Parts: sequence; C-alpha cells; structure tokens
Amino acid sequence: MAAISNKITTIQQFKHAIFINKSIFAVMQLAKEVKYLIHKEVLLERRSKYTINGVLLYVVSTIFTCYLSFVSLGDKLTWNALFWIIMLFASINGVSKSFLQETKGQQLYSYILASPAAVLISKTVYNTLLMLVLTTIALGFYTLVFDSFTPPDMVLYYVAVVLGSVSFSTVFTMVSAIASKAGNGGMLMAILSFPIIIPVLILLIKLAKNAVDGLPWENSYDEIAMLLVVNVLMVATSLLLFPYLWRD
Amino acid sequence: MKKTWWKILASVLVVYTAIAGLLFGVPHLAILNETIRNLYFHVPMWFAMIVLFSISVFYSVKSLSSKSEIDDIKAVESVNAGIIFGVLGLITGAIWAKYTWGQFWSFDPKQNFAAISILLYFAYLILRNAIDEEQKRAKISAIYNVFAFPMMVVLLFVLPRLKDSLHPGNGGNPGFNSYDLDSRMRMVFYPACLGWILIGYWVYTIRFRIRNIENKQQHN
Repeated sequence: MAAISNKITTIQQFKHAIFINKSIFAVMQLAKEVKYLIHKEVLLERRSKYTINGVLLYVVSTIFTCYLSFVSLGDKLTWNALFWIIMLFASINGVSKSFLQETKGQQLYSYILASPAAVLISKTVYNTLLMLVLTTIALGFYTLVFDSFTPPDMVLYYVAVVLGSVSFSTVFTMVSAIASKAGNGGMLMAILSFPIIIPVLILLIKLAKNAVDGLPWENSYDEIAMLLVVNVLMVATSLLLFPYLWRD
Repeated sequence: MKKTWWKILASVLVVYTAIAGLLFGVPHLAILNETIRNLYFHVPMWFAMIVLFSISVFYSVKSLSSKSEIDDIKAVESVNAGIIFGVLGLITGAIWAKYTWGQFWSFDPKQNFAAISILLYFAYLILRNAIDEEQKRAKISAIYNVFAFPMMVVLLFVLPRLKDSLHPGNGGNPGFNSYDLDSRMRMVFYPACLGWILIGYWVYTIRFRIRNIENKQQHN
C-alpha cells in the first residue's frame, strides 16, 4: 500500500515538475517573442524615422505655437496644465500610430509569428520607450521656452513625466488597437481614449502640481502608488482582452 | 403573477418613496433644510446606473465567449438604460447643488467624475455606431466596455476619495453618511434605492425585448 501511495506522490511530483517546466518554457517563449517584436519595431523605426521625428516636430511646433500665443506664463498652475495638455495630444498622436499605421500584411506577419500577448507587450514597451524619449525632449524644450518658471523639485516632476509616459502608452496602445480594428482611425481614437485617460491625467497633474509647489515627497506617495495600480489594472485588462481583439 | 411580482414591488416602492419622501418628517439641518428630501431621488439614480452598467459588463464578457447576438443586445440596452439614470442623477444633483452650494455646476470632483464616466458610455455607443458589421461590432464594443469598466470604478469610487469634495461623507460611503443616520430617513431611503434599481432593470428588460423583436423582423 505504502509503495503504491509513494508511487502516486512521485507521479504527482513529476506532473507538477512538468507543469512548472511548461510554464517556464511558455514565459521564456513569450520573452523571446517580445524581444524579437521590439527589435522589429525599433528596426522599422530606425529605417523610416517617421514616427519619432513626426511626433517630435508636432510637439515642438505645438510648444512654439503656445509660446507665441502666451508669450510668458506668469502662473505656475497654468504652466503645469499647459504642459500636460500638450503631452496628452502629442502622445495620442504618437501612440496611435502603433496599430493604426500598420498595414494588413504587417499585422498578419506578427499574427503568424507571435502570440497576442507578445504583440501587445512589445507594442506597449516600444511605445513606452518612444514616449520617454519624446516627453524628455518636450520637457526640455518646454522649460527652455517658458523660462519664467521652473519647478523647484525637478526630480519629482520628471518622475511624474515618466509615469505619464508609461500610463499614456499602456492606455493608448490598447485603445489604438480597438480603434484600428473598428477601421475608423483618428477621431474614434480620440473619443475612445479621452474618458479613459482623464482619471490618469488628473492624478498626473496632481502629482506634477506637488512638484511645482515643491512639496516634500511624502505628500506624493499616494498619487504615485495610485498611478502604478491603475497601470497594472490597465495592462492586466488589456492582456485579458487583446486575444479576443487580435483574432479576426 | 410569478413573473410580475417584482414589477409590482418596484412600482409600489417608487410610489411610496415619492409620497413618503415629500411628506414624512426629515431632520432639520442648516443649509440643506428641506432639500435633504432630494436624497431619496438623487442617490438611487446612481445605484440604478451602477447596477445597469454592471449588468452590461457581465453580458459583454459573456458575449465575448458565447458570441451570441442576444448577449450583445443585452449589453447595449443596459448601457442605454444606465445612461438615462446617469443623466437623471446629474440633473437631480445639479438642481440640488444650485440650492445648497449656490451653482448648478460647482466643480465638485464627484460631479466632474460622474460626468466623465457618462462620457465613457457615450463613447461606447459612438464606437458601436462606427462599425457596420454586426459580429465585429459586438466583439469590439464588448472589449471596449470591459476595458472601460475598471476605469469607471476608479472614477466613481477611488478618485473622489483622494480629493476634497463638497459631497457629504468624504472618506465614507457616499450613500450612508450622517444624513440618513436618522431612522425616519432610512425608512424611505432604502426602499427608494431598491425601487429605482428594480425600475431600472424593468426599463432595461423592456428595451431589450423591443430591440429583440425589431431584430427578428429585420432578419425575416
């Protein structure tokens, strides 16, 4: 009897080990696919240099237009609000490229090569990188032009900007996938993403305002934690839903 | 009779709360005075809306796996019914705000976020209009609905807690605060919530049945 039960436990252990091995293999496979797809995105971008340069020019011209119309921003709240409004529109334009711009052939290519999760993760990571570059340059140019005010706590402000890039790309990547499948580009993208991004934007502006007011970091932990939670929530729901969207 | 008891219950409850809400005694509080009676009409609207939107998300999830047209119609019709209650909640709230806070729109976080969450569902309806193919429409709009729902929860239940609101019960549950500690108000408030939620569900079932019949006629 003991021998049999011993055997059963060893079989169970064996099965368990196989399961763990399988899941490790699946994760490794996913990581490999994600790495490959990001490499593909970066390669395509490096060849055409369309998205990054286009969006950069967009941001710089917007900031310059604002500079010409405002001349100088006396109020620090206006300074903060204007920056985030510019960032919002720039990132909608930048991130929406990820799915809307792809041709049917490109989509089919990644559909055959990789799992839906890998496609979504790679797009999100790539967009985050893109947004980081973009927002950093935009912030630099913005402080250069509107030099009437600089946030006393620049590090915290930059933390807000980084969190902003991450949240914009997690939300807009999924929304742009939805808009591209609906086959009705730009306007739908804006309509669908605004109500979803507004809560995130409110948190971001509040965090950035703390930096503008030069408050100690303890006052901002709530907002930072909240933003991280919202991002995790968004990525989790996107990962759950994307396979249904991807399959046509 | 078996199927209609809850409809009778809903009508009785709503008629009761309309009469009792206007006639029964209420605590006399400064600023609020008699407008406190609006609690019986304003707050149940939000409960009904949240219940209807939850039904919608449930059927959206279901339609993603079942791919049935019925589930899709149920999802969209509960959103339609939910929006009616959301707009009524905003209107009753704005009127209440005029008499207590001084303005129809007082830049209160809860007011703003409620308006945004209704925008979310208008966006859902516009997304549906943008797609012609029925199955594709069902799938994509269900995905958007499920994607947007956590954001609505954040908007209505989490973010207002982080901000100072003119609404009572900051940090506590908005419906169950110092107002209705008065037992006389509870006698009306709880039936009002139940009654309006049931009425909302009733509106949704009627809308669903009409849409279903229209659909069948189209197919024939």
